[in-house]
Amino acid sequence: MYVAVKGGERAIENAHRLLAHERRGDRDVPEITLAQISEQLGLAVDRVMTEGSLYDRELAALAIKQARGDLIEAIFLVRAFRATLPRLGATEPVDSGAMRVARRVSSTFKDIPGGQILGPTFDYTHRLLDPQLAEGFVPDEPATSQASSAATPRVTDILGRDGLIEPSPPAEADAPVGDLTREPLGFPADRDLRLQNLARADEGFLLAMGYSTQRGYGRNHPFAGEIRFGEVEVEFLAEDVGFAVPLGSIELTECQMVNQFKGSATEAPCFTRGYGLAFGQSERKSMSMALVDRSLRARELGEEVLAPAQDEEFVMSHSDNVQATGFVEHLKLPHYVDFQSELGLLRKLRKEFAEANDNPEPMQEAAE
Amino acid sequence: MNAPAYNFAYLDEQTKRMIRRAILKAIAIPGYQVPFASREMPMPYGWGTGGVQVTAAILGPHDVLKVIDQGSDDTTNAISIRKFFGKTAGVATTTSTAEATVIQTRHRIPEAPLHAGQVLVYQVPIPEPLRFLEPRETETRRMHALGEYGLMHVKLYEDIARFGHIATSYAYPVKVNARYVMDPSPTPKFDNPKMDNCAALQLFGAGREKRIYAIPPYTTVVSLDFEDHPFSRYRFDAPCALCGAEDAYLDEIVTDDAGSRMFVCSDTDYCESRQAAGHRGHESAAPHKEGAHG
Repeated sequence: MYVAVKGGERAIENAHRLLAHERRGDRDVPEITLAQISEQLGLAVDRVMTEGSLYDRELAALAIKQARGDLIEAIFLVRAFRATLPRLGATEPVDSGAMRVARRVSSTFKDIPGGQILGPTFDYTHRLLDPQLAEGFVPDEPATSQASSAATPRVTDILGRDGLIEPSPPAEADAPVGDLTREPLGFPADRDLRLQNLARADEGFLLAMGYSTQRGYGRNHPFAGEIRFGEVEVEFLAEDVGFAVPLGSIELTECQMVNQFKGSATEAPCFTRGYGLAFGQSERKSMSMALVDRSLRARELGEEVLAPAQDEEFVMSHSDNVQATGFVEHLKLPHYVDFQSELGLLRKLRKEFAEANDNPEPMQEAAE
Repeated sequence: MNAPAYNFAYLDEQTKRMIRRAILKAIAIPGYQVPFASREMPMPYGWGTGGVQVTAAILGPHDVLKVIDQGSDDTTNAISIRKFFGKTAGVATTTSTAEATVIQTRHRIPEAPLHAGQVLVYQVPIPEPLRFLEPRETETRRMHALGEYGLMHVKLYEDIARFGHIATSYAYPVKVNARYVMDPSPTPKFDNPKMDNCAALQLFGAGREKRIYAIPPYTTVVSLDFEDHPFSRYRFDAPCALCGAEDAYLDEIVTDDAGSRMFVCSDTDYCESRQAAGHRGHESAAPHKEGAHG
């Protein structure tokens, strides 16, 4: 006798109870705190803030804890929370030129005004597992010296003075800022929306897209003009006060790629820009973003669109990991009604095939 | 830390107004896909976020909500969505098709005829019926604008040439109000005729793809076909093993590993109502019920 499968409600509750248990792990092991995640897994927090589009270290740490370290799940949690927040307005554009730089490197010049500053970086570490770190390791205090008072102008601004690189389009103070979370995205999309999409995009997806341009699928001859990481002030123009009020400071990583451009009938050859920006220290993300931003400018620069990384519909429609993971994982949901429909059709076609093979004539008729 | 506080039916009123405007436009242009600023919902994309947003935007405190997935009120995702609205809107929920004022569905249209005043909200994964023929949105929007549907007819014709039949068994394309070709969402084509001249309002929400479309009550909906290959529903060979229905869409249940199987109604409410009215199939047994839904 068949008993209809019911009891889903209790099954869901029990599954979530088990999830909470597994999340906690062995209860003899101390529970991880949000401060520990924020302080010791800081780059994971940076990624969740960047792709979650919400600058809040504590909430990002909570999301990572709740998601058991699954960063895409954590990003999803932050996004769902962010969607409910009221929008009070847009801040003044941040000035990355005035950044309090913690790290800043350029690959296009040996030395630059303000100097190359390595800062905290994995670069040049030898990737050898360090058993000392397993427990109880107390690192040395960081080296210190008198802070330089020299300004650290952006490398692209230095190139810009000679007109060797295209100017950044000037900011229009009164122009509305595009927001693809409030207005449905249409194609072709302007660069502000493209950059917003890329800033929220999955790091792995952008990495692969950027990498593909380096391997020849839409090559754009990049140089890392500058990568800088540090703190910038965020200001908000309060209408009633009449001046910009500081809201605090945030950490950003900015990457400006300098790319070849052969020029056209109307424009002299010059370097062009690809731009990347991310919360916290997110170098892989901002570099990949800059490569892809530049490739997506193909249409604007009159280049032939041949490779996936140059195709804005392809890139922008597939870059969001919350959308992508939802749709891929929805295949777990029951599909038995449609499957049944397919089964019925397949059985019918196979039956007809078998009959036709016994007697080949009717097949011919079908083909006509 | 900010303790979240949520509005009636989760979405803020601003967002609901935006969605309602899109719904009104969709009703005004039957079958046309209206872009809307879909929000990130607390359930994953592809799991009904479009339907959930439409439902959240139209739900009032006196509505009675029914949620089905695969025709059943008891599939896990249907339960999850019903609980979501039970919790965030506190509306009454039901499994009865007749009693519900709003029915959110995935992959099925209820067997019992819908009546005037009801709203059927479909969850839609890929709203664009031309998507698998032309991947570019810029291109498909142009094709809809020009009413250029030759590509779809060629596809259906090629099916007939290759297989002798139109080899689309679900998400079977329809033409709405003699103008727009529309994807009915992945319902089996068995359900297509129910969309035509339906007394209820039919709303379609695609969250990830950010589209809403609609079929107003009593609108003509025609499944695409050819004069010499008319549209036909897929028919099962057996009646429902539980209620004996011969006109319902059936699930195939594998009962052992030796190839035994039975067929039962996919619409659980329809099947239970028929059994309550005394109809019996050859395997009749009252299905085990876990308890009232929260």
